[in-house]
Amino acid sequence: MTEYHFTTPIREEDVRKLRIGDRVFVTGTVVTARDQAHRRALQLLAEGKPLPVDLQGGVIYHCGPVVRRMDDRWEVVAAGPTTSARMESLEYDFIAKTGVRIVVGKGGMGAKTAEAAQKFGAVYCEFIGGVGVLAANAIKEVERVEWLDLGIPEALWVLRVERFGPLIVCIDSTGRNYHQELAESINKRFQEIIQKL
Amino acid sequence: MTIIGIIHGTSTNSREVSESEQAISSTYRAVTLPAEEHYEIVKNAVVEALRLAVTRVPSDVEAALKAARDREESDLARNVLDTILQNIKIGKQQSRPICQDTGLIGYYILLGRNFPLNFDLRRCLIEATREATQRIPLRPNAVHPFTNRNSGDNTGEHIPHIYLRLVDGDTLSILVVPKGGGSENMTRFAMLTPAKGIRGIKEFVLETIARAAGKPCPPNIVGVGVGGTADEAMLLAKTAVLLPVGYRNPDPQIAEIEEELLSLANQLGIGPGGLGGSTTLLDLHIKFAHRHPASLPVAVSYQCWAARQHGVIISSGYHVEYREHILL
Repeated sequence: MTEYHFTTPIREEDVRKLRIGDRVFVTGTVVTARDQAHRRALQLLAEGKPLPVDLQGGVIYHCGPVVRRMDDRWEVVAAGPTTSARMESLEYDFIAKTGVRIVVGKGGMGAKTAEAAQKFGAVYCEFIGGVGVLAANAIKEVERVEWLDLGIPEALWVLRVERFGPLIVCIDSTGRNYHQELAESINKRFQEIIQKL
Repeated sequence: MTIIGIIHGTSTNSREVSESEQAISSTYRAVTLPAEEHYEIVKNAVVEALRLAVTRVPSDVEAALKAARDREESDLARNVLDTILQNIKIGKQQSRPICQDTGLIGYYILLGRNFPLNFDLRRCLIEATREATQRIPLRPNAVHPFTNRNSGDNTGEHIPHIYLRLVDGDTLSILVVPKGGGSENMTRFAMLTPAKGIRGIKEFVLETIARAAGKPCPPNIVGVGVGGTADEAMLLAKTAVLLPVGYRNPDPQIAEIEEELLSLANQLGIGPGGLGGSTTLLDLHIKFAHRHPASLPVAVSYQCWAARQHGVIISSGYHVEYREHILL
């Protein structure tokens, strides 16, 4: 369990050092993206159009924040992770086409995301579900917001962060998927428990 | 005094009579205040209960998380619980929502038959929801299921949902429950064949927990509703998750099943944050209703560790009191 501190943009070789269980803190830019944002991004890229924010070496965050409008700026009040499984069908292409290095969410992701992590040099990190105010405290500024027409939770929030974390590496670039491994052991224990009922 | 006893058809026990008398006199006192004033009192109390609900967890839940932190053996599990406890501390200090998913808003109401209700309570709750969304603030979470349009103020068709139960007494109790989507998504329901019996119930509950694994933000509180009709079983499960940690079903046979399922669930190894460990559930509560001979409905409802709820009790004289729990 090693602790890493990264500044965006993150280089592929740095991300490839990370292993399951490592703790990461990020400083720089983090962009929120939920399923609707993933879908729109992939559609734009398929049409050969650019995204409103460059994600090469970047960090995306499965999160729909609570925000407050303060005169001429936005303030993030709470911004914990949302369930990543909803993005599973979209994440392989998203990693492949944007060059994103760290995907942050909760609850784990599947085999396709693990494949993309290995192939393109990325990791999936868990930010403990529900720690919304802790995450918000690491967000220093909303740089801008795109696609607000999708609604506040689904919009693309471009956030300037300092020591954003702890993010726990759950899919590393060697192809290991901690949630998958854990799911197998949970299922094994479940079968044993059921036998003894 | 005797006359009051006769009117209410109650016994002539002097304590009861004097309570009825008090209820009636405070009813008179209460209705002398203008209805708008009552409306404002309740609306402000509900906004405050929403603020308390989303910015802190009940003290029994926090104590259970601390106990779990001391019990866990792996560094990772302890680390996760430390992060959660730190988050709870910041939420309370800064009066900010502990989780960004401030939920779909629900109100569980116990309306005393002698409570002097003289205004539009439904409109009051809707307005309180809008005001809380702006002021706290809450994340606007009410989305039209067909157009996907977000209403922007946490209100919409049937939302906030309002459950009303008519009870004895002269108070109005409102339990404010902002329910997160991540935990709600793990809800499961089955119409078991009655022949499956208690073993079938246990299997279904454990299977639900094993399948949900880390998705509902563990450590969780699980509510199990057994019997009744489909909707009744679900309502029982949904209100069971709101019971305090450590509360046991008054029926010893059911209490024993609660403890057995809690212990077995914690052997699954899901752990805090779903990253492994021995604290998957903080507690598991069962509620039941009598069933139809042909049916055995079982509902399982989930609460995340950010077990947000807050109660407010309005007396017949419109005095406001806040409570962490209201037993439904």
